[in-house]
Amino acid sequence: MPAVIEVRNLHKRYGPHVAVDDVSFAVEQGEIFGILGPNGAGKTTTVECVEGLRTPDRGEIDVLGLDPRRDRAELTQRLGVQLQDGQLPDRLRVGEALRLYGSFYRRPADPAALADALGLAGAQRTPYAALSGGQKQRLSIALALIGSPEVAVLDELTTGLDPQARRDTWDLIQDVRARGVTILLVTHFMAEAERLCDRVAVIDGGRVVALDSPAALAERVQGGQRIRFRPSVPFEDALLTDLPDVTGLTRQGDVVVVTGTDNALGAVTSVLARHDIAADHLRVEQAGLEDAFVALTGGDEKTRRRRTP
Amino acid sequence: MTAHASAVPVPPAARPGSVLGRLTRTELRLFVREKAGPAFAIALPLALLTVFGNIPYYHRHRIGGSTLLELYVPILASFVLATLSFNWVPAAMAGYREKGVLRRLRTTPVGPARVLAAQLLVSLATAAVAVAAVLLVARLSFGVPLPRQAAGYLAGLVLAALALMAIGLFVAAVSPNGRVANAVGATLFYVMMFSAGLFLPIAAMPPLLRHISRAAPLGAAAQALTDATQGHWPHALQLLTLAGYAVVFGAAAVRSFRWE
Repeated sequence: MPAVIEVRNLHKRYGPHVAVDDVSFAVEQGEIFGILGPNGAGKTTTVECVEGLRTPDRGEIDVLGLDPRRDRAELTQRLGVQLQDGQLPDRLRVGEALRLYGSFYRRPADPAALADALGLAGAQRTPYAALSGGQKQRLSIALALIGSPEVAVLDELTTGLDPQARRDTWDLIQDVRARGVTILLVTHFMAEAERLCDRVAVIDGGRVVALDSPAALAERVQGGQRIRFRPSVPFEDALLTDLPDVTGLTRQGDVVVVTGTDNALGAVTSVLARHDIAADHLRVEQAGLEDAFVALTGGDEKTRRRRTP
Repeated sequence: MTAHASAVPVPPAARPGSVLGRLTRTELRLFVREKAGPAFAIALPLALLTVFGNIPYYHRHRIGGSTLLELYVPILASFVLATLSFNWVPAAMAGYREKGVLRRLRTTPVGPARVLAAQLLVSLATAAVAVAAVLLVARLSFGVPLPRQAAGYLAGLVLAALALMAIGLFVAAVSPNGRVANAVGATLFYVMMFSAGLFLPIAAMPPLLRHISRAAPLGAAAQALTDATQGHWPHALQLLTLAGYAVVFGAAAVRSFRWE
């Protein structure tokens, strides 16, 4: 299957600041491909080069067999873009915006059906300035899809949406993909990447630090399970830390937190049972994409800032 | 993969004319909904005309053969062009850039240049309507004769519109945001309106001030319109001055314009 988007050794700097150092990835037909990374990692610059909004300093980009800079006229017909910060005129109404933007394309989608799918049917006559944050976001997604694109680039898709609207949007994106649209998704929201993406490129400091499916990325992280419980009677740490499947044990007040491999839960509960220790409020957490992300990018923004003044 | 995804040659995008037409209609709708724009460009000059026209002094007092009211009609026509060029165009365009409207258009097949063209067309059409309204009300309500040199008047009006819009575009191009564009435009508006003789007709100015005013864009515009109103072809110096401003600021605006 040929790649729909191919980025090779992309490099982009703004003056002395290197925004993207060396990024390569390929997105296949019909895939939902995520670009994940902390703020300032170079995610938006990367997709802006894919969209043809910026000229790379080095590297090659190929989208649907087109050069995003040279073949702009053709690319814009086939690539739908949702921008992080693209607003509309205050007094432009939802229906007007959809019809106007639809008229820009060779094969526009049906504006009414799209408004319906995005829960904007009741807001057709509402001016842009009077829309809620979530409605603005959904209109922005609708405008990315109004040209019936083959590829859609969605930047911070569900920022500003409430949980229900977020779930609805995820369902919509899956519907759009089911119709054969390839989707490049920029996000810093783990649950979204985990739920939607077939593969994820984790970008940090302008480089791809990992590229795999969300599940495979999560598996790479050590400490596959985290088990929390409140023991009915005190016990020595060694009772559990001696187990081969247990990698660590900490105590938070009277709560014990054990980390270990995916087999740790069975080993821990059987040892506790043998010593007649009941484990109250037992909870097991599976290491997820978030743990993988933190491990790959070296923690949250605060620690990053401390490391790189 | 959908059938058209391979490298099949594709027919050209929607006809540019029809898209510009749609954009212009949309911009016109937005302009009318804005209310302040039409009020400043059309209602305010008419209101000033009505006030001046009802003051007997403006009919009695004469400077060089024309009544004061007759002298004020070309100034009000300049006012129309100035308010659109300095109070409307820069803020609207810089606002579009600031809000990311132009940026979003860059990702579509249409691109951002045509929405700016649509805004200019709306401003020019509004100017034509407002100037026509001023001339007609002056004629019908207050007996002020229509411009005697109609072709010269039209030439002066078109050149003046181009020169002032070019300056407005330049302000939009170099202003970091809509607020700054608004402030710069409003300042220019008052300075320029002085040179056009809104507060003191050019003919009544002391000689030095008169020369400076005629070299300023709006002063040159007002002088050209005044000459044509009185039946002369506008002086070549004023027309050249206006053409010069149009070319210099038009080129500077295009060179310095940023889409985001």
